[in-house]
Amino acid sequence: MRFVLRRLGFYAIAFWVSITLNFMLPRLMPGDPVSRMLTQSGARLEPDQVEQLRRLFGLDERPVVEQYLSYVASIFRGEMGVSISRFPTPVSEVISSQIGWTMLLGLTALVVAAVIGTVLGALAAWRRGGFLDSALPPVLVFVGSFPYFWLAMGALYLFGVTLGWFPLRHAFDVGVVPEWSAPFAANVATHLVLPALTIVLVSVGGWMLGMRNAMIATASEDYITMAEAKGLRRGRIMVRYAARNALLPSVTSFGMSLGFIVGGALLTEVVFAYPGVGYQLLASVQALDFPLMQGIFLTITAAVLIANFLVDLVYVRLDPRVRVS
Amino acid sequence: MPSVTDPALAPASASALTAPAAPGAGPPAPSRTSSVAQRSWVPAVARGGLLGSLLRSPKAVVGLALLAVFAILALLAPVLAPGDPSTIGDLASEAPSASHWLGTTAKGQDVLALTLWGARSSLAVGFVVGTAATLIGVVVGLAGAYFGSVVDDVLSLVTNVFLLLPGLPLLVVLAAFLPPGAATVVLVLVVTGWAGSARVLRAQALSIRGKDFVAAAIVSGERAWRIMFREILPNMASVVMGTFLACVIFGIGAQAGLEFLGLGDSSVVSWGTNLYWASNDGALMSGAWWAFVPSGLSIALVAFALALVNYGVDEVTNPRLRGRRRRKASRATSRPVATPQAAVTEVTR
Repeated sequence: MRFVLRRLGFYAIAFWVSITLNFMLPRLMPGDPVSRMLTQSGARLEPDQVEQLRRLFGLDERPVVEQYLSYVASIFRGEMGVSISRFPTPVSEVISSQIGWTMLLGLTALVVAAVIGTVLGALAAWRRGGFLDSALPPVLVFVGSFPYFWLAMGALYLFGVTLGWFPLRHAFDVGVVPEWSAPFAANVATHLVLPALTIVLVSVGGWMLGMRNAMIATASEDYITMAEAKGLRRGRIMVRYAARNALLPSVTSFGMSLGFIVGGALLTEVVFAYPGVGYQLLASVQALDFPLMQGIFLTITAAVLIANFLVDLVYVRLDPRVRVS
Repeated sequence: MPSVTDPALAPASASALTAPAAPGAGPPAPSRTSSVAQRSWVPAVARGGLLGSLLRSPKAVVGLALLAVFAILALLAPVLAPGDPSTIGDLASEAPSASHWLGTTAKGQDVLALTLWGARSSLAVGFVVGTAATLIGVVVGLAGAYFGSVVDDVLSLVTNVFLLLPGLPLLVVLAAFLPPGAATVVLVLVVTGWAGSARVLRAQALSIRGKDFVAAAIVSGERAWRIMFREILPNMASVVMGTFLACVIFGIGAQAGLEFLGLGDSSVVSWGTNLYWASNDGALMSGAWWAFVPSGLSIALVAFALALVNYGVDEVTNPRLRGRRRRKASRATSRPVATPQAAVTEVTR
């Protein structure tokens, strides 16, 4: 319980830091960003928007402390302002309409990569020097060295443009109305294959190496020798004795990656024009839509923190050592 | 000076001076700038230690050779491709030919020249970011591990908060608010990249902090910074090198990503901006793969080379990852030991 409370306090501090960062960044911009934005956007802004922007950049007359307090208060009321590029939609509405796509893409890719990588890693470690152990890791490390977006564009060119197997952009065909039906699900799935595949391709190596190294460490433990001495079958020793204990670090990184799902697929979303949060973040940066940008950043941070807290809770159950110390 | 400390410090000097011999991977400066040199600091034989073993690892040799090739190409860019690489020519989107080995972009620029010149900015930013992030990590990690209690609590808290903040979105938001330019790119990458190395280095420093020779140094009245940088730091040189390589990989990749998103310094020729322009000019949609492949492949090769060297360092310093399974080795290696040399001297002590 003490452990859980301590972690909770830590996440509260982390969230406070990101709120404060969000508050300070616009105020650090030199000059008068609002009038610069007004000239850039061709003065198509409503008076409401201008007022909101001035407040955002700290150009209203109130003292900084007061601005800060009212900013924090509005965050906790869930008010993140109104989007400028999609005026007058509130920021929270823009985000909630897109976060589902990001989670779908991120979760699919993460689960596939983690499962495949962990199984491969366990097998590689169990047969040291075999094909899986000697040939695959270098290949995966090499593939993992490519920039995410570069591989994604290569895949888009090869399978999308040249071969035409998969659609080029968006999460579903233009003109199709989202609904809970089999044809629509199939449509979404075909749009999901390429983006998810590229993420799996670059991340599976990390999972495999992590599991392999943890497995090598457990394989030299005394209880493995003991199990062998008892005459247990090799397969049983591998799965029940070695892999089970080597899995703990992978569980941790799975939980941490769970949090990064919301913000992690930014580049992939940009390349495939996938209508998720990351794609929207870049769009809002390009449109100088600062309220939306800040809202998305806060949402992503909150997602990371919540996921990490859940991992901590699960961890207490999985690893008895945490409960004791 | 009491004689107790001398044998204890032998492993320190052994690993401290092996790291700088690796190209580009200079050790954090503080350990070398100190003018207080009381004992013979460079045992000539020990110098071969980490680098010597590294050169016996085929992975590391391939990695180092690849890095050397790229470094030379980057240095020779003005000779190999004289003139401004972004000069707009009249032959647009030409496929690779004898006059343009790697073809031309949609603007008629020579892709080979762009790639060669791009190496300069990409490698420089990568190594600057790697060095700065590692330095911060070393200072924060060592200070936390050495001083403990409140200092450690505060530093760990800051580190963990930075680790938790989502990297790429933070990168994008920071780059959007700060004025564009090379300095911003470096600053943003260091801010988002240092925490990981700090955590790893703190853990390692913590295990060395508990060793007898550190206690001996404290008893003999050495100053805090001296114990941190000359007693503890040299013993974790291999870990420092590992995190440095990881930071450089992060720096090169993240710079490319940032510039690909159009948030970097678009006036500079780098691998990231090359890809940005290639994608902006629709190089892939028109089938001009040659505008796209060289820069991406270069990033991948450099990152791969760095990963290979890192792999080599890992294998040299962690015997369990080397060769076949050896049961009996587990007892000796389960202790936190920075380098094999340190392990050997520890046993003989």
